[in-house]
Amino acid sequence: MKIILPDIPNLRDIDVYVKNGGYGATLLKAFSMRPEAVTDEVKKSGLRGRGGAAFPTGLKWTFMPKGSDRKKFLLINGDESEPGSFKDRQIFEFNPHQMIEGILLASYAMQVSHAYVYIRGEYAHWIRMVEKALADAYSRGFVGDRMRETFKPAGEGVPYSVDITVHKGAGAYIVGEESALMNSLEGERGYPRIKPPFPANFGLWGYPTTINNVETIANIPPIMQMGAEAYAKIGEPKHPGTLLLGVSGHVNRPGVYEVPSGTLLTDMIYNYAQGVPGNKKIKLVIPGGSSMPPLRGDSLEGVKMDAESLKAVGSSIGTGGIMVMDEDTDIVKVLQRISKFYWHESCGQCTPCREGTGWLHKILKRINAGEGSKADVELLEDVAKNIEGRTICALGEAAAWPVKFTVQRFPEEFAQKVSNEPHDQVKLNKVHALRAGGLEPVEIHVPLVVRK
Amino acid sequence: MDEEDGAWLNFRRIFVLQTMFTEQEQNELSLLIKRYEKPQAALLPVLWRIQEKQGWIDQDGMQEAAKICGVPKSHVLGVVSFYTMFFEKPMGRHHVQVCTNVSCMIRGGEKIYDTMKECLGIGHLERTPDGLFSLEEVECMGACGGAPMIAVGERFFEKVTAEDAAAVVQQIRNTGTVPAPIETVQLPELTNL
Repeated sequence: MKIILPDIPNLRDIDVYVKNGGYGATLLKAFSMRPEAVTDEVKKSGLRGRGGAAFPTGLKWTFMPKGSDRKKFLLINGDESEPGSFKDRQIFEFNPHQMIEGILLASYAMQVSHAYVYIRGEYAHWIRMVEKALADAYSRGFVGDRMRETFKPAGEGVPYSVDITVHKGAGAYIVGEESALMNSLEGERGYPRIKPPFPANFGLWGYPTTINNVETIANIPPIMQMGAEAYAKIGEPKHPGTLLLGVSGHVNRPGVYEVPSGTLLTDMIYNYAQGVPGNKKIKLVIPGGSSMPPLRGDSLEGVKMDAESLKAVGSSIGTGGIMVMDEDTDIVKVLQRISKFYWHESCGQCTPCREGTGWLHKILKRINAGEGSKADVELLEDVAKNIEGRTICALGEAAAWPVKFTVQRFPEEFAQKVSNEPHDQVKLNKVHALRAGGLEPVEIHVPLVVRK
Repeated sequence: MDEEDGAWLNFRRIFVLQTMFTEQEQNELSLLIKRYEKPQAALLPVLWRIQEKQGWIDQDGMQEAAKICGVPKSHVLGVVSFYTMFFEKPMGRHHVQVCTNVSCMIRGGEKIYDTMKECLGIGHLERTPDGLFSLEEVECMGACGGAPMIAVGERFFEKVTAEDAAAVVQQIRNTGTVPAPIETVQLPELTNL
């Protein structure tokens, strides 16, 4: 089942999108309901955010003050910078109009006056695609003042129009944090804000604001189209819907796959991504982008890809970026690279994060250079423990978790680096047979490839 | 900063009128500012336009952005230095970016970076003497499915080898333009079990 990236050629062309039912019955149906009824529908669907925290979307929308005359804003987070995550790019490229339609529905539900789509600057190529889509939608009267003419209110609906603006970022991982995103849009440095106040009360320029991920918002049109009950039946009941999972690293067919939530991790690796090159075994899998706790190769059996199931095995769905590493990977070196990333991206507001991320990187560098000791491994855990929970935003956890959990789950790898004594080998997974044809094949979305 | 740039800056400071934007661009900017609650929010878009015009953001550019957005110049410097994609010094006409983050690293990104360093004869955030290229070791650019990847300016090249990357550079040297990667779907062969 593919509801976000359906197999329709040229869907980013507005004519094709309209021909396939876009900007039509679903919007008219929603615009003939009371705005709160749209929120209720999303609440009933059980949709959870796809940006990392998996927070219930409908519930988030209800935090917005109702019936007040204050301006309200919707901010779409397309800053996608988590290493291992590259799913929103597929929406920009293959189905931008569904995102725009989702923005219209969400804006109506919360009676927002202006919606902003913040896209990372590195995606300049894809920003132009979204801008083109938006310009087309404006010229057809689907967005902006002319909406009131195009979608005449019926039933219990209220006359409504919203403007949408695409905003280009300039390269900063931290801006993906929602309050830093607001600061960045306001023309500030991307510093996260202390919460409370929460964005629903004091967001962009002090007005009530809701921040949703691109994939989350692209899920709204299918919900309104098929109804909350039908949507809630897709995949795992506690985290329903389809997920865009990006598989990268040591797999034969990396790419973004749209699958129902609760799909087995081993199916993602061995069926969709077609296994590991050279038929090697797997040492480590990060299931949700580089800041999430890694899983050992021998603990992959039966793990399902949804928020609750991954929580139960001590990891997290994050942004759904699955990174696979084979038996020959140097885990400590990988961890050093991850630490370097968070060190580079720390905004510098909070001392534990600013200093701690640098320490983590330096200690790991020392261990990798063969100059580490057992005490260094303990020091890593200690530093990580002192960053976690002591910072304004979650970058502290993002930097501390990979270190903390890798040290805990791969002690053999560290033992090998810091001593000459005999040590255990990391247990690897059981290699699965490829099951091509066993599940419905999913198209790979890799847009730009150099000709060989 | 080389001599040529310095001369151009001085020229502009003395002879060129206050703004670097044409009348049409100024109109576009005023429309853009209206899309936000406060002019300050247009700071990133304004800085992007300045960088597109001259390749980097100099002191005059910051002054101009400050004036347009109604903020002190010191604030503009704070913003420019915070975001990695804004350059405070002249960069090459073709900015080569090599990702060495995890997904790319485990598929050979570091080797590509070393090849690029050797091939261009420059290091991180440096510019070749002819001004044609600059190099940057970048963090994840959101192309992990196509790892390892490089980007030249805004254009992504995915699933590249070190040889591919060197070929891209060579082609730019020969023709002066960035080769266009074709849109295609490439499926790697399956391993037999």
